[in-house]
Parts: sequence; structure tokens; C-alpha cells
Amino acid sequence: MSTPAADTIATTGQADLVGPPGEPATPARILRPYGDTTGDGMVQMSFTLPMAHGKLAEGAALQLAQKMGMDPAMVVHAKAMGPGYCFFVVYGRVHHLVDTSAITVVERDYPLLSPKEANLAVRKGLRRRMTVVGACIGSDAHTVGIDAILNIKGFAGEKGLEYYREIRVVNLGAQVSVPQLVASAQEVTADAVLVSQVVTQRDAHVLNTREMSAAFREAYPADRRPVLVVGGPRFDESMADQLGVDRVFARGTTPAEVASFLVHALVTRRKAAA
Amino acid sequence: MTPAGSDPRRRSGTTSTRARRPKLDLDPVTVRRARTLARKVGRPIVRLAEQHTTVSVERATLRMAGLVGADPEGTPWANRLLDSVRGDVGLEHGVALPVWDALVRGAAGDLGELAQKAAVGSVRFRLPEGRDATRAAAAAKKSVGAGLRRIDARRRERERLIKRHGDPSQTPWIYLIVATGDIYEDMPQAQQAAREGADVIAVIRSTGQSLLDFVPEGATREGYAGTYATQENFRLMRAALDESSKELGRYVRLTNYASGLCMPEIATLAGLERLDMMLNDSMYGILFRDINPVRTFVDQRFSRQVHARAGIIINTGEDNYLTTADAVEAAHTVTVSQLLNEYFAKEAGLADWQLGLGHAFEIDPDVPESFRLELAHALLARQLFPKAPLKWMPPTRHMTGDVFRGYLLDGFFNLAGMMTGQGILLVGMMTEAVVTPWLSDRDLALQNVRYVRSAAGGLAEDFQPAPDGLIARRAQQVLAESIDLLTRIVEHDDGLLDAIADGTFGLMRRPADKGRGLDGVVPLAPGYANPARELLEART
Repeated sequence: MSTPAADTIATTGQADLVGPPGEPATPARILRPYGDTTGDGMVQMSFTLPMAHGKLAEGAALQLAQKMGMDPAMVVHAKAMGPGYCFFVVYGRVHHLVDTSAITVVERDYPLLSPKEANLAVRKGLRRRMTVVGACIGSDAHTVGIDAILNIKGFAGEKGLEYYREIRVVNLGAQVSVPQLVASAQEVTADAVLVSQVVTQRDAHVLNTREMSAAFREAYPADRRPVLVVGGPRFDESMADQLGVDRVFARGTTPAEVASFLVHALVTRRKAAA
Repeated sequence: MTPAGSDPRRRSGTTSTRARRPKLDLDPVTVRRARTLARKVGRPIVRLAEQHTTVSVERATLRMAGLVGADPEGTPWANRLLDSVRGDVGLEHGVALPVWDALVRGAAGDLGELAQKAAVGSVRFRLPEGRDATRAAAAAKKSVGAGLRRIDARRRERERLIKRHGDPSQTPWIYLIVATGDIYEDMPQAQQAAREGADVIAVIRSTGQSLLDFVPEGATREGYAGTYATQENFRLMRAALDESSKELGRYVRLTNYASGLCMPEIATLAGLERLDMMLNDSMYGILFRDINPVRTFVDQRFSRQVHARAGIIINTGEDNYLTTADAVEAAHTVTVSQLLNEYFAKEAGLADWQLGLGHAFEIDPDVPESFRLELAHALLARQLFPKAPLKWMPPTRHMTGDVFRGYLLDGFFNLAGMMTGQGILLVGMMTEAVVTPWLSDRDLALQNVRYVRSAAGGLAEDFQPAPDGLIARRAQQVLAESIDLLTRIVEHDDGLLDAIADGTFGLMRRPADKGRGLDGVVPLAPGYANPARELLEART
């Protein structure tokens, strides 16, 4: 689920193969994979084909590797998995070039904090606990996302927001209506509202989120409105303005990222504005 | 009552894995003291459970008596009938008297018809008195008793099939997870996993099912990160694995989850459909799902009584503590939870061979001597519960997405399992935290287990930790810390409930008057009757 951040690609380059010499300060831009020699283009992969093990299967694996651009490709391992499947490990050379200047990444514009640092920032900045209300709104019953972020069990080896001593979590669970959510946020004087949306049938996630952000705008004066955060596997992180929320989190977001953003939005940014 | 060969510790291919002298020199007085404390902590909880009922216990009673199906919106008739009864007369006297009073009065021909009539408001319930109450109680006992006899018959059927097909030839039993969300995809995958060597198949539930206050109905084809636990899904998968058992010449066991808001009902359905193991922890729902503590303990006791009766092996969830807390610092919370789970299980009638007490290989591999610490913890569990088929859970927390390193870690996990005589080994996947396991991931994982088992399956025989070495000292330290924690719990005014409320476990604060499902908890009134509870209580 969590994959290495795309931005690491740009920083792990070994050498600039085509860039002009004598400019070591510029980061590598055009790269090839590295096996044991600069520029060798060597990669490894493994996959399964739904066919019986044998010469034909090895040929099929080779063909797939060649179609993927590996040339030469070597099937170094082929093993039957039951009568109808075969597993392969393939090594080979690719001729593709990676141009790091053509990569766009949504950079995190706030520092990533450990739970300890986040607690400290809240204690110093707010001088009280931060209250976070979470829910799945509409007919969405998939609490997996909100629970991964809020429950102490957490996600990807990170503990959820309940673990943070300075964050008070009110998890309303699934199928919460927008008016219920607004009422709960007002009742507990929420600093932030986290909404998870997994179901995307007929764009339900987008419509629900817009309804939610509009309701909060109506219920609160602009400067008192809680920070609105929405998350789910089908959201695009650049949609925040469109949805009327302060931040959108996509697939693979961890609790620490959410906690760090909340600290940034509520403590750092407000202090800067004051 | 122990069926032949149902103990994964028995009939081991390598009988020499049981060393003659104990591997850890634990002080028997200290061990006895730990159990005494666990009993002291647990007994008030049992009394609390005896004084309450829940909507799910009452619905389980209706299901045991044969109520099946759901209305066109998918709400089970068990829920509809229970809600009608509760609306008319409340639940504090139990569902049995009002329901069977209505049947005896001729309001409907059977439970299903009664539920339908009640749903449209054409039946009103009353609390029968005198001879009417006696008649209703007798009728209820007859119906529920017939359900319990069906569960008994499924247990005998399991014993017959084990005799016919045989148990796995080696321990630990290999436990594999299948979960596509679609029961019709799950079945061939489970059969393939059995062919590849799985002795136990677990069908993971759809995320969020634990918080549903009803059991979904029928065969289901969509779930999120898992497949719904329904009676029909249970039946389909058990039938598929019966085919596999025949094909492979060994009885392949089926596991599901009796946890969450419907645990008594799911336990009942598991008994009726001959599931063989059920995940069933005494505190998991409270701590990790924020389910009301009283609700959990009441539901827990009933579901464990059903499991005891059905010959089901429970698997407890201590591995979860280590996914949120540090596996070294929190090692003693695992031991405390195992001791409590053992007390609650035995109190509910489960035998040693039915206690799949959980623990996990979750120490940060960057900690020096982490493998020796793992061995110490695993041996401590083995020696504290010598007759229980311990459930050994693979690393998850320190699986980073580096699948190569993960494969090595799983190898060490397997080795620790062999060296310490674990009963049930959940096979670790190198793609943990990356994808739901692929066919090739499962194949590689089983190769890992098979290699370690064939290379070092009998290593326990040669492995004797030095009496004052790191392993022995660490085990004693964890046991001492467990006794400290149990003592602290006993010292709370309201014992375990207070300890749970103030965050003693897993850092979570769960007060007894909060949490999900609280509105489904009802204190018993004098005259409460529930034939299922009476019959389960009257066990031999």
C-alpha cells in the first residue's frame, strides 16, 4: 500500500549520463537502472503466468519480458505452482531512460512530525488538547480508512491519532449524516473534521464531500470553521479547492502525515496568521 | 470429550519435539500465583456477564431455535423479531418467554412466520405468567434444545471426518488466509491453498463487519478487504473444504471470526455449520473496536460456551497488542491477556486443546538479540500453557515493503515456531502491508515454511536454553512483569473494568458506560429465562 515516494527517484541517481560535464551541482536528470555498472540498465522482475510449467511457459515469460522492453532478457527461475500456474524470475536489460525533470510530485508542504513532536507542538501552540472528529458520511459503511487513521491500531506500522496524548479523537463511525457531523463537531468544539469516503459509485465521494464542506461553511463563521480534511483511495490530492476542504489525502496516507498536517494547519499556520 | 487427534500438539510427526525436561526453569509458585491473580481479575467479570443479557445473545437464542432468513431489505428476521419483542415487553426477561408464549398461543406456526407477523405489527407480545409461562418455557427449551442437538451432531460429524481423513501429519498446523470478498472466488482459492499444504483456512471478514449489529444474510460476492461472515458463506466454504479433505486425505479446518457486536450469533452459526476454529478474544473488541466492555464480556461468555459445546478451537488475539505497542516493552501484556483468556475460556467450559492462545513475532528486527527475545517470549507461552495449541502469528509491523528482507524475517519467524513447539502457525507473507497475497506470495511463503520444517523441524529436541542465559532471564522477567500488572488490575476499585477504563491495556481508555453496542446491553430482571444459556450452563 505504501510505496516509496516518487520523489526519491530524483535523488538517488548515480550519475548524469547525458548532462554536460563539469556541472556536478545539477542533479541527475537522465538515468538508467543500475545493476553493477553505470548505464547497464539491468532490472529484475517476477510474475506468474496462468499456464503449466514447461518449455512453452519459459518461452512465454521471455516473450512478455521482451514486450516489456527487456532485451536481452533471462528467465533465471521458473517454477510450477499447481497444474495451471507458473512463477518466473527474470533478469534483463532495459533501454528506457528516466528523465527526472519530467516528473511532477505533490510535495508535502509541511514537516512530518513524530507523535512526540506533534504532541509538543499542540501543547505549546494550542495550550489545550486538539479535538478531532472523524466519520464516514453518507451511505458509506467503509470505516477502514477512518479507522486506520484514528484507531490506535493505526496503519503501516504507525499508530493512529488516538495514540497522540494531545489529540482528543471523536470517531463517529460509519453512515453519519452531514447534519449529524456538523452537530457533533459543534458539540465537542472540534478543531478539525476528518471524513473518509471509499464508495465512489456515481461520484458519491465527491458529492458527499461538497455537501459536507458547504454545510460547515454555513454553520460556522469563516474564522471559526474547523479544518476540513477528506481522505479516500479515489481522491486526487489536488482537488481540495474544488471540494471546498483544506486538504485531501489519497491512498497510502499514514496517521503521522494527517497528524502533522493538522498541527501545521492549526498551530503553525494560525500562529503565522496571528 | 477430546476428539481423537484434534489436538495439534498430538500426533506430531516429530514426537521428540517435546523435551523431557522443561526448557525454562519457571518457579511453579510464581506460575500458580499468576493464575490465581487471573482468576481474581476474571471472576467479577463472569458475575457481571451472568447478570446481563444483550441483543446478540437473545438473537443467538432465536437462531439456535432455527430462525433464519432476512426481510427484503436484508435485515435478518432475528433482528426484526427481537426488536418487536423489545418494543412490546423489553428484554430484561429474555426473548424466549414472550416469543414462545406467542407460538403456544397460536399467533404463528413457526418462528419465521412469527417474525414476519411481528414485523407488520399483527402480533403483540406479552410476558406470560403462571402456567402460561411454564408452557412457554417448555416450548422454548424444546426448540432451542433441538438446535443444540444439531450443533452436537455437527461436532460428531467433525470427529468422524477427522477419523476418516486424518489430521495433518506434522505440527505446527499451517494456517492460511483467504479473502477476496467474493465467496465464489474464495472457495477455489481455499481449495488451492489446501492443496499447497494449508491445514487451516481462515476467511477474513469484510472490514467493518465487527461493527454491524446484525449478521448479513446469504452468499455474498462483495466485501471490502474480506468476505462477510454469513451462515450461507460458512456452509459453502465448509462444503468446499470437505471436498478438499477427501481429495487430500487430511481434514482441512475452517476458521472465521466470532468477534464484534454479533459474536454470540456468529459463534452459533459456526457451530451449526461445523466451523473448526474461531477467532475469539476476551478484550479485542473493547480495546481495538471501541465496543462497550459489558457488551463484550456478556457476548464473550455466551460465544465461548457455544464454542466449547461445538468442539471449536478458539484463537485469541494477543498479537494485536504488539501491533500497537512495542513488542519488548509490552510483552507482559500478552502474557496477562493469555492468562485472562485462559481463565474466561475455561470458565466457559473450553478444554485445554481448544485454547489457541495467540502471540506474535513482532519485535523490531533492529533491536539487538531480537530473535533470542522472541524465543524467550514464545517459550514462556509454551511453558505456561503446555497443553494449549498456541497460535503463532507472523511479523506485520516491521514488514516494510522490502519483500526480500520480509522473506528472511518470515524464515526466522518459522524457525522460532519450530524451536518452541507452536501448535498453529499463521503463514507470513513477504508482501504483508503491500498487497493482498498473490498466488506466488502464498507459494513462496509455503516453501519457506516447508524448508524450515524439513531442515529444523526437530530442533526443539536439541535446543535447551542456558539456565541463566538471556532467554531464561528474559522469560522470568516477563512473567514477573505480568504478575505486577495483574496485581495492579486487582488493586483497582472495580478491577478489570476500571483498568480498561483508565488505559491499562494498549493505551486505550474504554469506560464501562461508553462504547458501541451499549444500548444492546440489558440487566436481567428476576424471572429472566433463556433456555440456551440454561442448557449451555448445565454442561457436564
